[in-house]
Amino acid sequence: MLKQIEGSKAVAEAIALCRPEVICAYPISPQTHIVEALGEMVKSEKLTPCEFINVESEFAAMSVAIGSSAAGARSYTATASQGLLFMVEAVYNAAGLGLPIVMTVANRAIGAPINIWNDHSDSLSQRDSGWMQLFAETNQEAVDLHIQAFKLAEELSMPIMVCMDGFILTHAFERVDIPTQEQVDGYLPTFDPRQSLDPKEPISIGAMVGPEAFMEVKYLAHAKQMQALELIPQLAAEFKQQFGRESGGLVRTYRAEDAETMIVAMGSVLGTVKDTVDEMREQGHKIGVLGIISYRPFPLQEVRAALVNCKRFVVLEKSLAVGMGGIVATDVRMAVSGTGLKGFTAIAGLGGRNITKASLHKLFLEAEQEKLEPVTFVDLDWEVVNKQLEREKQNRHSGPIAENILYDKGMSTSAKFG
Amino acid sequence: MSLQTVKFYQTGTYTVGNRLLGPDDRSVQSGELRSNSINSGHRACQGCGEALGARYAIDAAMAESNNQLIAVNATGCLEVFSTPYPESSWQLPWIHSLFGNAAAVATGVAAALKVKGKTDVRVVAQGGDGGTTDIGFGCLSGMFERNDDVLYICYDNEAYMNTGVQRSSATPPTARTATTMPVGKEPGNVFGQGKSVPEIAMAHGIPYVATATVADLRDLEYKVRKAMKMHGARYIHIFVPCPLGWGSASHDTIKLARLAKETGMFPVFEAEHGEVTSVLKIRNKQPIEEYLKPQKRFAHLFGKHAHPEMVAHLQAIADRNIRKYGLLDEEKAHG
Repeated sequence: MLKQIEGSKAVAEAIALCRPEVICAYPISPQTHIVEALGEMVKSEKLTPCEFINVESEFAAMSVAIGSSAAGARSYTATASQGLLFMVEAVYNAAGLGLPIVMTVANRAIGAPINIWNDHSDSLSQRDSGWMQLFAETNQEAVDLHIQAFKLAEELSMPIMVCMDGFILTHAFERVDIPTQEQVDGYLPTFDPRQSLDPKEPISIGAMVGPEAFMEVKYLAHAKQMQALELIPQLAAEFKQQFGRESGGLVRTYRAEDAETMIVAMGSVLGTVKDTVDEMREQGHKIGVLGIISYRPFPLQEVRAALVNCKRFVVLEKSLAVGMGGIVATDVRMAVSGTGLKGFTAIAGLGGRNITKASLHKLFLEAEQEKLEPVTFVDLDWEVVNKQLEREKQNRHSGPIAENILYDKGMSTSAKFG
Repeated sequence: MSLQTVKFYQTGTYTVGNRLLGPDDRSVQSGELRSNSINSGHRACQGCGEALGARYAIDAAMAESNNQLIAVNATGCLEVFSTPYPESSWQLPWIHSLFGNAAAVATGVAAALKVKGKTDVRVVAQGGDGGTTDIGFGCLSGMFERNDDVLYICYDNEAYMNTGVQRSSATPPTARTATTMPVGKEPGNVFGQGKSVPEIAMAHGIPYVATATVADLRDLEYKVRKAMKMHGARYIHIFVPCPLGWGSASHDTIKLARLAKETGMFPVFEAEHGEVTSVLKIRNKQPIEEYLKPQKRFAHLFGKHAHPEMVAHLQAIADRNIRKYGLLDEEKAHG
């Protein structure tokens, strides 16, 4: 059913359609509206049977999900940013135990400095945790990916994060087609766990594993994600059959046929990228787009196939490997290794910095002319950066960086919020 | 008809001989139907108080739940010594997730059972003092506050034994651990303000809180069975001496547990909804030295460079427990 609806609300409705049995939640912006909506659905018995547990921390949220999933209940939680970091030990544990928990990550920057706005630093920090990560471009895709995520997770008995840009998607009202219960039931079978705590068949879960077996357990986590590379396109195809629209898959290209310059990105920024590319195409530039939906597992082959015929590519990413450059870019370069393709990394939108068409236009033109530095920080205010560097050179006790930058920007917190 | 109280204690132990009791009154552990939930062959040290306490506690919980029990375990000695896979001592469904989340994992298991309508299956969570009073404290408090249907059992041996005897918030003042060595002006663990997790549990107003020791195993079984008859968050804190960490003889585990109670160092009581409902009285009050001297972790308090002022301070702590919980009968208290 078509609805004009907030992204978070739409995702909550999608989750409810997946018949979760245990939802545990701890509030953190910008994830709050999702769990608020689910809490109301459970309390009003629109979503039943389901246990909604208000926990005391994200660490507890993931731990409760570990317990409920291990006891055979379809389990869901949502988090973002500091919350994801607070639960990290349990995040790795859930993957290590092979529990098919589904978690929404409303992508948000990580502090300090504290910042509630969108970038991809949070979920990308969990790159190697053993969780799969799918990135939604639109709220429709966020809805659809969650439905696919339960099926994928439970098929492989591995957990999965569905990542959607905080505020940009979670708080955006747009038209979303919310499926019917019958459609979802026809797609997503009831949870049939591979392992379950049951007095009828007592098993021990979580034993200590020494050097004799640890590598094999870890390899199998990798093997599961390699299986996911096969399964994700299959599930997307089945999804199209059942719901009548394209959603999910590993990667998606746009105007890439004869492109000489390719722009690689994840999440909602793909919309702005496509708009910019449309304009540049009209001006005769041979430019195209590669959107990565499945960040983990990373579809090396599909990325390579999508880029192999271009001359150069730019990885536009909302994340930064401090001391190195791009996070996604590193994976993309791995995918095209040996091709001799020229690759650029563009770090953009950290902490919610707007990524405008004008900035992208300039960036893509420079890329086309191969004038870009290997790593570009899009729209960085060099003046304040250099001022702070100079300050540190001049004064041993130069003080806190963030506050200096805010001061120099002429927008100290007191001036803005006071 | 005049009644005469007959005491069936075995000499010197205060333990009731099972032979003298009817089958219904016998301990779970002495019954042929005991579940052996933690089977033999595990890797606990000789004289391990935790292995003993867990065996009695889990078998009692199994008996009370008609063997419909799921156990959640924090990281620690109990977890490590019981599951040298492919061997596992556990004869019931058992999960270990992390050091600090046993209470929350148990909440999750309980939620799954509830949503699936498996009302006959019960949940017990267990951890050592580190996993309970320190790193798992947040999750424990959350579980209490929500009154989740979980019995949490803390096996308190007063330090991080699994990692090599480091101080926890349950370590008593003056005790030697690997991180509170008996050196400097204030040898051993410092005198802080202490942290009574049973009292903190009571402050949550949960249905049932109890303490017990491995010296009074009938009392321990009774408390576990009583807790399992109830629903909601329940907490049992069991005092379990650790020969390795305390530097005590393996055969002194039960004796030390008894002395902890008989000196007043470890008050044994029950509480319901935040109110103390019973205490195990001290039968034969002992001076604190009797408890301290058999343990090498307190050796620096005695001998050539003795610290009588520290011993006196510990005695004062024990005396305060005795007053606070009324651990002595009136005539003994004033006698």
